[in-house]
Amino acid sequence: MAFGPQSVLAVSAVLFALGVLGVLLRRGAILILMSVEIMLNAANLAFVSFARQHDHAEGQIYVFFVITLAAAEAAVGLAIVIALFRLRGSTDVDELSLLKW
Amino acid sequence: MQTLAFFVLTVLAVGSAAVVVGPWVKNQVLCALALAFNLVSLAGFFFLLDAQFIAFLQVIVYAGAIMVLILFVLMLLNVQDERRLAAARPFQRWLGPAAAVAFALIVVAAVRSGGGALRYPQPSAGYGTVRALGLELFTRFFYPFEAISLLLVVAMIGAVLLAKRRL
Repeated sequence: MAFGPQSVLAVSAVLFALGVLGVLLRRGAILILMSVEIMLNAANLAFVSFARQHDHAEGQIYVFFVITLAAAEAAVGLAIVIALFRLRGSTDVDELSLLKW
Repeated sequence: MQTLAFFVLTVLAVGSAAVVVGPWVKNQVLCALALAFNLVSLAGFFFLLDAQFIAFLQVIVYAGAIMVLILFVLMLLNVQDERRLAAARPFQRWLGPAAAVAFALIVVAAVRSGGGALRYPQPSAGYGTVRALGLELFTRFFYPFEAISLLLVVAMIGAVLLAKRRL
């Protein structure tokens, strides 16, 4: 496949699937956050590809917003991980079953 | 030339993402470094797609600030290597990868059969520059821009509240 909208979107889909895989398979809370970052980046790649395809800056503006959201998400997510680690001494999500019935 | 760069970047991005998500690498700091690699290769993609400003933003904000934050927390907490997936979860172990692979196949098939363009058109002059983006950002997207700055303030206060031991 040559360089073009189809192949770039395919790469974006593969990266997103890898991110989903990480969220499902990883057990460390920080690693799950990192997998979410990969998914956000896959979406960014699709946005930039569509912006280029339609020759319009709008898609890039959305990427700008997604990057800002990712920064906010990382800050809050890591703060939660720190609070959990202080409480439990571990970042393993299997041990965090307080709200499970 | 473009196709070659595209192939190299694809291999780098998918390979480093596999290191981050695959359960075979236990060292979390190594995973964070692989994520930084992945983010930088994504910036390469953005360059290839004529989005220079977004590419620089990606390197500075993502590969710079967010990665430092993640590495900082990893080292601050001194987390142990991830333990093996509990044996009591056969469903998650096999259904997860199956669902992810199925999702990737479906999307790739949809993209291929969608009859979309095979090549990118020639970009107009000034495409992807700071000027083009700034014009759009401060006219049509002015209110979302202000809203997102409010969101950053909220996230900042929330992070301090959550991580502080005693207020």
